[in-house]
Amino acid sequence: MSDTPASAADEVDQDRRGFLTFATVATGAVGAAFVAVPFIASWSPSERARAAGAPVEVDLAKIEPGQMLTIPYRKKPMYIVHRTPQMLEHLAGHDSKLKDPESKASEQPDYTRNALRAVKPEYLVLEGTCTHLGCLPKARFQPGMADLGADWPGGFFCPCHGSRFDLAGRVFEGSPASKNLRIPVYSFRDDGMLVIGVGPSETGAA
Amino acid sequence: MAGDNDALPVRTGFLGWLNKRLPVDAFMRDQLTGYYAPKNFNFWYYFGVLSLVALVLQLVTGIFLTMHYKVGEATAFDSVEYIMREVPYGWLLRYMHSTGASAFFIVVYLHMFRAMLYGSYKAPRELLWLFGMAIYLALMAEAFMGYVLPWGNMSFWGAQVIVNLFGTIPVVGPGLVDWIRGDYGIADATLNRFFSLHVVAVPLVLLLLVALHLVALRHNGSNNPDGIEIKEKKGPNGKPLDGIPFHPYYTVKDLVGVGAFLILFAIVVFFVPTFGGLFLENPNFEPANPLSTPEHIAPVWYFTPFYAILRAVPDQRTGAVLMALSIICFIVLPWLDRSPVKSTRYRPLRWKLALAIFAVSFVALGYLGLKPAEGSYVALARIFTALYFAFFFLMPFYTRGESTSRVPDRVTLHHD
Repeated sequence: MSDTPASAADEVDQDRRGFLTFATVATGAVGAAFVAVPFIASWSPSERARAAGAPVEVDLAKIEPGQMLTIPYRKKPMYIVHRTPQMLEHLAGHDSKLKDPESKASEQPDYTRNALRAVKPEYLVLEGTCTHLGCLPKARFQPGMADLGADWPGGFFCPCHGSRFDLAGRVFEGSPASKNLRIPVYSFRDDGMLVIGVGPSETGAA
Repeated sequence: MAGDNDALPVRTGFLGWLNKRLPVDAFMRDQLTGYYAPKNFNFWYYFGVLSLVALVLQLVTGIFLTMHYKVGEATAFDSVEYIMREVPYGWLLRYMHSTGASAFFIVVYLHMFRAMLYGSYKAPRELLWLFGMAIYLALMAEAFMGYVLPWGNMSFWGAQVIVNLFGTIPVVGPGLVDWIRGDYGIADATLNRFFSLHVVAVPLVLLLLVALHLVALRHNGSNNPDGIEIKEKKGPNGKPLDGIPFHPYYTVKDLVGVGAFLILFAIVVFFVPTFGGLFLENPNFEPANPLSTPEHIAPVWYFTPFYAILRAVPDQRTGAVLMALSIICFIVLPWLDRSPVKSTRYRPLRWKLALAIFAVSFVALGYLGLKPAEGSYVALARIFTALYFAFFFLMPFYTRGESTSRVPDRVTLHHD
């Protein structure tokens, strides 16, 4: 490279050294990213947790009109309310006091995005965790309860931060929660069993 | 640098052998006997060393609790009861650890307020402040995960509320929550990973951060109640005129503070370990129950100022953003405060009022976070949230060009 061999041996090709350093660091970074994958993935729900999250069946004959059954599904309580005709009547007339009366911003399967938020009007199926921070809203079905006001139509009240929902799980104005209670994927089988975790059009387990 | 304290002793025998291989004498000189700290430290300067004492207390009691605690959904709660009732002095270890957590936050909050009083976060100590804030964040993670371990009902529901905060992040939120929990709810997998993080990962990070905090502190030396750089006025021996050797002067002074702290600590441990439900909440004496929420969920007192801010907002995503912002405000404090003067002593009434409003707001929010989110409590929480943010957001304006009084050249030893 140079005329004087003695100094050529001492000369450092900074470009070459820089390139090699960069290439080594880049290769190492890519390797580190790949090695990180199993560590990060190990935090995801395990096969056992996924299996335990399989669909559950509920015998609807066990729920009297006006009563609520709570069953766990995927570690969350599911509320199944057998609504009476009077309860369904109370659902009309307070749309103006709701944050999302038509459930536009809320999470539910498409086949429950209707006025009563249900497949069959008499059965309300909800995820019993407040859309605010996951507490359990309490069943307060009696209309006009003293602590909730004379115009209380009956519904759910979250004791943690005071969110209020009607008997279709729709959230009232003035609640910290901004969405209606979630509705899980569910369907009714021919034998009258409710299946949570399987939609009406699905044949197998979700 | 020349001076009496600088000469290393001439060692023979074992100490000579040792010092040739490990710089024990040089380290003692550089960090203790030859390290000069300002001579005007006051009461507020106890809380740094007390934080270190609290850290050691937590490490030692934690190691011994881990010998008896059994992680797992089915065993965690029972093993804590076993520690309380059957392990010899298990109750003492556990109460020292639970009281230690609260004591740690008390001294850390006072330590942070000291920095605000005397401008210890200002140049050249911004990085020292940032390491301190990183310690504070790690401490919050450590305390939160530690609170989940007894697997009481408040452990469970507190974890539920905090982990669900991550669900408010757009797009990735719900998937992120499942990933953090390792299940579709707070479960065994969650408890196990929190145990690993609480016992191994976060303590290692804390120790590293504390080391960095101390190195950064010693590099520029401590600030002091007058906010003067003592290194600017040196005597003929090259040592700061307003400084005294850390050892023996401050080691002895600190020992007195540590003694007083331990007396108070022991009174709480022996006579009021739950502190009326503040240090250990009553619902946590019931096992975790995913199908039954405690009537009223509140975190332990040291998180309640931020919890009050979260709940003051009707919209959950805005609430979560404000809560994150309320902590970020602390981190960027060195760049919000534009005053050239460090110590509150020489800053105008306007700053003193602002600092007082902040302190009152922080304490008031802490109180309101313990109360149910209803009626006047929410209204008050909103007012104090506004004041809290006003203190930080308006700081660049009310501190710019403020009329400070003259800062003395040398530290003052009479108190105001």
